[in-house]
Amino acid sequence: MNILVCVKQVPDTTEIKIDPVKNTLIREGVPSIVNPFDGYALEAAARIKDKDPDTKIVVLSMGPEQAKAALKECLAIAADSAYLVSDRAFGGSDTLATSYIISQSIRLVEEKEGVKFDAIFCGKQAIDGDTAQVGPEVAEWLGYPQVTYGLEAEATEGGLKVRAEAEDGVDVIGIQFPCVVTFTKPAWDPRYPTIKRKMAANRAQIPTLTAAEFPAIDTTRIGLKGSPTHVKKTFVPQKKSGGIKIKEETVEESVNKLIGLMSEAHVI
Amino acid sequence: MEAKTKDLWVLIETKEDGSAQNVGLELLNPGRMLADKQGGALVAVVIGNNVEESVKAASAHGADKVIVVEGEEYTQYTTDAYATALCTLVEKYGPTSMMIGATPHGRDLGPRVSCRLQTGLTADCTALDIDEESGNVAWTRPAFGGNLMATIICPDHRPQIGTVRPGVFKKSDPTEGKAEVIREDIHVAPDQIRTKLLESIKEAAGEMVDLEGAEIIVSGGRGVGGPEGFAPVKELADALGGVVGASRAAVDAGWIAHAHQVGQTGKTVGPKLYIACGISGAIQHVAGMSSSDYIVAINKDPDAPIFDIADYGLVGNLFEVLPLLTAEVKKLKG
Repeated sequence: MNILVCVKQVPDTTEIKIDPVKNTLIREGVPSIVNPFDGYALEAAARIKDKDPDTKIVVLSMGPEQAKAALKECLAIAADSAYLVSDRAFGGSDTLATSYIISQSIRLVEEKEGVKFDAIFCGKQAIDGDTAQVGPEVAEWLGYPQVTYGLEAEATEGGLKVRAEAEDGVDVIGIQFPCVVTFTKPAWDPRYPTIKRKMAANRAQIPTLTAAEFPAIDTTRIGLKGSPTHVKKTFVPQKKSGGIKIKEETVEESVNKLIGLMSEAHVI
Repeated sequence: MEAKTKDLWVLIETKEDGSAQNVGLELLNPGRMLADKQGGALVAVVIGNNVEESVKAASAHGADKVIVVEGEEYTQYTTDAYATALCTLVEKYGPTSMMIGATPHGRDLGPRVSCRLQTGLTADCTALDIDEESGNVAWTRPAFGGNLMATIICPDHRPQIGTVRPGVFKKSDPTEGKAEVIREDIHVAPDQIRTKLLESIKEAAGEMVDLEGAEIIVSGGRGVGGPEGFAPVKELADALGGVVGASRAAVDAGWIAHAHQVGQTGKTVGPKLYIACGISGAIQHVAGMSSSDYIVAINKDPDAPIFDIADYGLVGNLFEVLPLLTAEVKKLKG
């Protein structure tokens, strides 16, 4: 079985702080990480490979040259080969344009690797944009069926059995190859790389696919121009100002004061 | 595609029994404002099986028209059947804008449909307006884990589509409802539906929690210290007639099920009263509960950021505070 895993290098959003004077995001010094949901997708692929060692796992990322660090991490964890898609012409793409470029890249990687991918695995969403759009949009461009919010996937005859998070529990969904599955956080932590794999990954040469490699790409569908959505403005959310802080001599007094305030405001 | 009308559509997501998910009905409320500003009708779209209850609810909550697609193949949600039905409708009627609830199914369907229609989609919106300059919908959404808000427009493609988080907007009061009901006969052959629901494992009844519909939520965080620490939290929730929520820290530690999680990677809630117990107030948590009408925080750390957004903040040990508070509430309720 051949699996392509899409990964994105993202800033660790839990480390992002706001500049209190300028009221903007401080991006300097924020570590770059593999989008955690993409890590779950890679782990799901690795678990399929655990059972069937003939499985081939290829990782693909679109982004700047630095994103190769994320791809190397994936090679160290479980991937067999990696590709970076990077070109100025691709910059400024929204999700529709990005998913178009990625779907074209998948076809190109298939040619280069001489395989046809049975399944495309993605994270449910990236933690910087949080849109959860690129996975389903890649599926639509490729004409493949999709399952989103996957927790784990098991190979079956000609397809996958996917356990997926649902509103009120877990759905078990059968899907035929070729397909797209996006993954959310499962109950387990992804594996760590071994030292041996880490060293090999550090030495790996990762090919960069630039726009020149896509002679047939429709240039009206890429970059800022090919993006139907535009960011009109960004702003730091207004903080609700703090209200009344209660700290009386004793806990009883504090609780009585709180009850009094809540009753007055008709909250209870 | 070009819009054929100035109408605004709201997809009313249906449950397996044909009744409406809350979020679709909630969206009719801001939908009315947007439709009026756009100068078009507010149209509810109901796809499902045996959906009369949803059609009535959409009418009662303010839709001018309801477009209904019914069939066996829509009993359970599948990407293929729903995307085909919705795209067929959009191509026929050409609305200028469309809103979908940002539920798991809505977030599965939205990008599939927007890509097929080759138009723009803005995900997980928390504020909606019309951009005065251009007349486009101004979709506002959090990014970077709630650290930043972005307002997105889709100027040259129609329909402009957004998914909107549940719990952000309140349903309007129901009226008698006099929407015109239009029935469309769209069917999807079984072999066109390429996924199959093999099994649905429902959470045990005791584990089910309707955070999005709750009027009162009492949440516990890292400060509750362990699974047993949720006992006083639950007692207060029970006394108030509310439900139990949790922060990601408590869920990740395995103290309580993910179904209880409030925040960026959990549910977005907007109850009348939100009591945060032992929750520091990380921005990812605040992003999921800041639209609550009243926020009460109980934390022993006087510098916890949760106090910055709380209407009432009580500095104290939650294990001392909660039992007293529960007793007082019980007294008040008599």
